[in-house]
Amino acid sequence: MGTMTIDGRKVEFTNEKNVLSVIRKAGINLPTLCYHSEVSTFGACRLCTVEDDRGRTFASCSEEPRDGMVIYTNTGRIKKYRRLIVELLLAAHCRDCTTCVKNGECVLQGLAARMNISTVRFENTRELRPLDTSSPALVRDPNKCILCGDCVRACEEIQGVGALGFAFRGTDAMVMPAFNKPIAETDCVNCGQCRVYCPTGAISIKTNMDEVWDALADPDTRVVAQVAPAVRVAVGDAFGLPAGRSVMGKIVTMLHRLGFDEVYDTTFSADLTIMEETKEFLERVGQGKNLPLLTSCCPAWVKFVHDQYPEFIPNISTCRSPQEMFSAVIKEHFKGYEKNQGKKTVVVSIMPCTAKKMEILRPDSVNNGERNTDVVLTTTELIRMIRTSGIDFAELPPESSDMPFGLGSGGGVIFGVTGGVTEAVLRRLVDKHDKESLDAIAQCGVRGEEGIKEFTVDYKGIPINVCVVSGLANARTVMERVKNGEANYQIIEVMACRQGCIMGGGQPVKPGARTKEERTRGLYNADSVMVIKKADENPTIAALYEGLLKGKEHELLHNTIPW
Amino acid sequence: MQIGGPSGGCLTTEHLDVGLDFDSVKKYGAIVGSGGLVVMDEHTCMVEVARFFMSFTQRESCGKCVPCREGTKRMLEILERIVEGNGKLSDLDELQEIAEMVKSMALCGLGKSAPLPVLSTLKTFRDEYVEHIVDKKCRAKTCQALRKYRINEELCKGCGKCAKSCPVGAITGKRRESYHIDPELCIKCDTCRDNCAFEAIYVEA
Repeated sequence: MGTMTIDGRKVEFTNEKNVLSVIRKAGINLPTLCYHSEVSTFGACRLCTVEDDRGRTFASCSEEPRDGMVIYTNTGRIKKYRRLIVELLLAAHCRDCTTCVKNGECVLQGLAARMNISTVRFENTRELRPLDTSSPALVRDPNKCILCGDCVRACEEIQGVGALGFAFRGTDAMVMPAFNKPIAETDCVNCGQCRVYCPTGAISIKTNMDEVWDALADPDTRVVAQVAPAVRVAVGDAFGLPAGRSVMGKIVTMLHRLGFDEVYDTTFSADLTIMEETKEFLERVGQGKNLPLLTSCCPAWVKFVHDQYPEFIPNISTCRSPQEMFSAVIKEHFKGYEKNQGKKTVVVSIMPCTAKKMEILRPDSVNNGERNTDVVLTTTELIRMIRTSGIDFAELPPESSDMPFGLGSGGGVIFGVTGGVTEAVLRRLVDKHDKESLDAIAQCGVRGEEGIKEFTVDYKGIPINVCVVSGLANARTVMERVKNGEANYQIIEVMACRQGCIMGGGQPVKPGARTKEERTRGLYNADSVMVIKKADENPTIAALYEGLLKGKEHELLHNTIPW
Repeated sequence: MQIGGPSGGCLTTEHLDVGLDFDSVKKYGAIVGSGGLVVMDEHTCMVEVARFFMSFTQRESCGKCVPCREGTKRMLEILERIVEGNGKLSDLDELQEIAEMVKSMALCGLGKSAPLPVLSTLKTFRDEYVEHIVDKKCRAKTCQALRKYRINEELCKGCGKCAKSCPVGAITGKRRESYHIDPELCIKCDTCRDNCAFEAIYVEA
């Protein structure tokens, strides 16, 4: 608590952890390249340096606010120094901006514009280094790395994986996996949080847009899309619509206009997941075997368990993820000539997630010798494709998803936010569907932005201890407790990305925006307006079990071989 | 006089009466630092001194903060350019600009003090910098690229030993007459001067 003087104005502060936060709260957006409030302070870019009344300079991110401080954020020399720092960074950086994936969204590019840098006086003498394209989901371009370490800290502190680190020193310093191994050979789970934190194009999504354009252009191919719940709340703001509002209807129209033959909603297969996973859970509780059940919707989390806690592999639900269940059902549906009319079926799943690009390559994501999902497009790629088309997204009328796989329940929609899977399972477990019962579930502790949520629910007299986790570093904490016998859960839901899929590694990145609150609200609102709230009340699901799935539930909806 | 180790500053004879304590030397852009004192005479080139210390701090930079990692690299590049005779007058402004920035913005003591030799020599020995850039001349005759090898015709006996030892064939002449060094070909390796028995070869500043 106290007051400080910033540029001659008195500003009060309470519990801000550093001077930078107080300055930003006062409405001055000091530039930073290495500061994120969610990870530890690094203090390397020095752009947030300010001057005090004695002419002393210090990085405001690394200084605690003190009562009576007098600071200046934009003195002549500080402005000059900041500009020079950006110029020096540009000098050691690949400057092919026009062909960079990050063009228009790059923080460094933005700072160059903001500082009015028109020439760079120094030659780039950095040795050209090869790209790492080994991962199915991400591309690392060391030539665009500015060594801010944001990816290193995100991977280590938020995800508890630590696949990236610093190597060498001075101007030879580089960010790389240990021993400069290709990233695909490390414990990287492809969650893409490094890419979310990277201010430049040094880590980007491996794109598959060309494959989709080709399929769309081929008259002998039926292109079928499935759109994940979290996608619908992350597209609108790119086209001037309110952030976080669900634009599923416009996405369906857009995909049809782009040439997709069928557009389905992944909430449908989220309902399938709920049916299967609840059944599996009740079986395991009955037998007392392989508990706690670990959810299997998130491929990054599943890989994390395989790499870090192999002894818990039997605890992972055998259910395929909603993406894989859906693709298997779609491929099965279009198998016969009557349905496919001789056309090849290409399933494109549109996901908020980079790890889904890895999931489709698993040996178990296959039926009848064919990969079920052909291409995964992230939300970011979808937005780029929409821009390429030139179609005015904001003005499009909404359409409903195609049948027979276009109908999902509210429980399926909230899969995109942490706790959603558990909430949907709990809805399935209660017989009632009145507002009071659903509100009671929503308020049992399953919602909220904490990384680890624990609560107990009663199921027919049996107490069920539930743990809902988002962020793999949190998952590590929970798994250590389970391993050491300090915690006893029957079910653990884990989403690798903090807050769940809405903040996935494939989502567009909006620095500084209140993105997670808006997207969370967007999904809960989308659930509120759904007529059907519970998976078991989705009539198309019941029909599917009676029809296409009969006798094939295990083959199409479950994994049989571990990774 | 260079004081305080590689990241200290350079003082001149006019500072001889300055007390050797933290506050006094700081006023003149130096630090007590390691406590070391290096005393140099007119045979040491102050631009080369700045380059030498910068190459040390640049190598020591850990690479974490941008001002030190990138700033020391660019300062070293400019200093190398100047001692090689390829400097421009605008380099001095760039050098000053980067040095001041690094001093104020670097993360740790190494970075904050790395520019001190540059700043203090720029202030006290600016004329030496200008000589290197404009006249392509190093008055201490130590900057190899700026040395000019000449043969004193009066002392030369025309023995031809220099021409024989020259690795690039830059020396020509007839025996018993004075030899001549072609400045275009000469690589300033000093072999001829080393080999001359009559001290007829000298370096012109």
